[in-house]
Amino acid sequence: MAAPRLNVLWLQSGGCGGCSMSLLCADTADFPGLLQANGLDLLWHPTLSLASGHEFIQLLDDCLAGRQRLDILCVEGALLRGPNGSGRFHILAGTGRPMTDWVQRLAGVATHVVAVGSCAAWGGISAITDHEGANPTEACGLQYDDDRPGGLLGAGFIARGGLPVVNIAGCPTHPGWVLDSLMMLAAGLLTRDELDPLNRPRFYADQLVHHGCTRNEYYEFKASAVKSSDLGCMMEHMGCKGTQAHADCNTRLWNGEGSCTRGGYACVSCTEPGFQDPGHPFHLTPKLAGIPIGLPTDMPKAWFVALASLSKSATPKRVKLNAVADHLVQTPAIKKTRLK
Amino acid sequence: MTRLIVGPFNRVEGDLEVRLDIADGRVARAEVTAPMYRGFENLLTGRAPHDALVIVPRICGICSVSQSVAAARALADAAGITPPPNGVLATDLMLACENLADHLTHFYLFFMPDFTRPVYAGRPWFDAAQQRFAAGQGSHARAAIAARQRWFELIGTLGGKWPHTHSIQPGGSSRAVDAAERLRLLAKVREFRAFLEATTFGAQLEEVATLDSEAALDAWWAADPQRGDLRLFLTVSADLGLPGLGAGPGRYLSYGAFHAPDGSPAVPAGLWDATLGRLLPLDLAGITEDPSHAWLADGGQVARHPSQGLTVPDADKPGAYSWNKAPRLAGQVVETGAIARQLASGQPLLRAAVARWGGTVHTRVLARLIELARVVPWMEQWLLALQPREPFCGPDALPEQAAGVGLAEAARGALGHWLRVERGRIASYQIVAPTSWNFSPRDAAGRPGALEAALVGAPVQPGEATPVAVQHIVRSFDPCMVCTVH
Repeated sequence: MAAPRLNVLWLQSGGCGGCSMSLLCADTADFPGLLQANGLDLLWHPTLSLASGHEFIQLLDDCLAGRQRLDILCVEGALLRGPNGSGRFHILAGTGRPMTDWVQRLAGVATHVVAVGSCAAWGGISAITDHEGANPTEACGLQYDDDRPGGLLGAGFIARGGLPVVNIAGCPTHPGWVLDSLMMLAAGLLTRDELDPLNRPRFYADQLVHHGCTRNEYYEFKASAVKSSDLGCMMEHMGCKGTQAHADCNTRLWNGEGSCTRGGYACVSCTEPGFQDPGHPFHLTPKLAGIPIGLPTDMPKAWFVALASLSKSATPKRVKLNAVADHLVQTPAIKKTRLK
Repeated sequence: MTRLIVGPFNRVEGDLEVRLDIADGRVARAEVTAPMYRGFENLLTGRAPHDALVIVPRICGICSVSQSVAAARALADAAGITPPPNGVLATDLMLACENLADHLTHFYLFFMPDFTRPVYAGRPWFDAAQQRFAAGQGSHARAAIAARQRWFELIGTLGGKWPHTHSIQPGGSSRAVDAAERLRLLAKVREFRAFLEATTFGAQLEEVATLDSEAALDAWWAADPQRGDLRLFLTVSADLGLPGLGAGPGRYLSYGAFHAPDGSPAVPAGLWDATLGRLLPLDLAGITEDPSHAWLADGGQVARHPSQGLTVPDADKPGAYSWNKAPRLAGQVVETGAIARQLASGQPLLRAAVARWGGTVHTRVLARLIELARVVPWMEQWLLALQPREPFCGPDALPEQAAGVGLAEAARGALGHWLRVERGRIASYQIVAPTSWNFSPRDAAGRPGALEAALVGAPVQPGEATPVAVQHIVRSFDPCMVCTVH
């Protein structure tokens, strides 16, 4: 028996389109072939489909009227509810109707609803609190308003297939997170148990960015970077949240061999609700009495402080020197005997 | 006179609506609507200045690096610093990587698929176009996605990821490159070169880059018309009259791009005036933004320099039809993009083609492809010029009070950031994006923007709801609407 195929309708609203652009960086020799071979058919995608204007609007109408089955509705970008709840900050071109209205109605007929990226999941960068304390476009996610359940569709929303909105959070999303999620849906494997408490797929959200970080030796000895391009650990001074942020960025690399920390800059925890408003400059670690406020996840503070001071005093000279250089200034010693 | 409301346009970045008045089978008047408001300028106000390096790339998922470069340059200008040579080279490499990837995406995924529409089924080139460019299916479109994926590994190494790297800093780049990595990157550039030479051009890049007249281009095409996608585009273009379709304002803005070995811009800044056939000096003081037809308040002054700019939404404003302001240079409408860069840098084929046809669907697309052929060899030189073990990033300390301007050439053209810092916080941040210029609404004097004027005269066939000629003209600019409505 042939496995059922699922179709995907992909809409964009208050965002940058970067999750779509990132998706096309998927590590495959044939992107359309990958979807095809894994039970996924693109009903429509803004980058990859021919249909424009009236052809596209006809497709939306067909979905709503039940003439076209809609299996997976992917939404990229925040939902802009402003001004004053009217949704007029994004009127879908050619329709005169707010995008929020289209998304609400289409979510009602879709088997699965997927938020692609932190904007669609929580509001994300579009929901920055401005200097007057407001979120000027009233941006929110599909089912969350930052870390508060709700959003456009409401805390109680369950799609026809039985799942809440699947939050593939990240800014942007790794192409592998999106493809694995869609392929799991197509294979019938993305169950409630596979989602974490924020409804993120657990296959990437149960990991920490710290896992696999190439700066781990510097972390162990608290040998810290003090300026951009230094090789040391960026947790103490440079704002890095990799020990707290849920994602597999340093084990599932980006664009070949990359990740934020490998690119020389701090993890800003872009998969977490509210990452856009950390309450401190992104590139500086907030501290209390000289100790970073944001300690590694699950680590008792007293132990962290004790271990940090111990490891600092044990830092090898090599690690100390290299931490504040942009290339190795001292290489590991070559031992004269066989390694034990 | 009938009215058509056309949209949404996909295969452009972001949402776009065009309202057309049609008379005698042609567009008589056009209004270009950017139907989404994002308000990044106001989101930046009050933040620590360096937060811009995290926030502004997220304006755009397709020109993310360009936004980062403009922000880093605005901060560097405010701090009064210059990055070390390695930092300049690494930044140029990332910017060129993104720009060329965008040209590839535009050609294979955004622009060419329209020639596979059933309306062209009878044309002699149709089968070849369908086979190569059918949306999501065409063999060359698929190969281009794969080549693009490999190509972006350059930024994976140099910048950690794409889009939304934070490695581009006012002091240079946060990711130093060692000697072996430099060669690995060079190997990736050569792999991309091989794709372009085999598939896009069917010729060596240097052969394409040095085509110096329309006669030379015609002869090159005639030597092997089936070979390579540039030649197929030329076949389609000649058959459909694309050289005469969608003429722009004839003034082309370049902010200057990349760096020659002596530090001067590899592509000069300036305004190419096609009537005079001359590159005029760029006068940044002459830039204004006019919100008279935007859903934005003007604060009692219609045209403002971006350093004094204002972004205040007014969704009920009478007479407004876009969230985009109308940028003007010395009061005039200009066009920006690869075509402006090719004209400014004196590429002889483009200068000749534009002298004959103007800035049209044909010359815009040709300019992008020629730029692809010209810049890849430059990137090979930049990689060889990197000095491992020398600094990639210098220090940057920003004064409590400062102002700066950051200019960059995105794939789509001139991008400017105007920054003011007061008491250590961003007091004002104004952005004028390339498509803000190209897809500008009317200004206070009623002058239409570049696309609005380019659409006038476009043919509309009986029964067409989303006229195909209009789609060609719109997409020939490679618009980025998410940048436009920053």
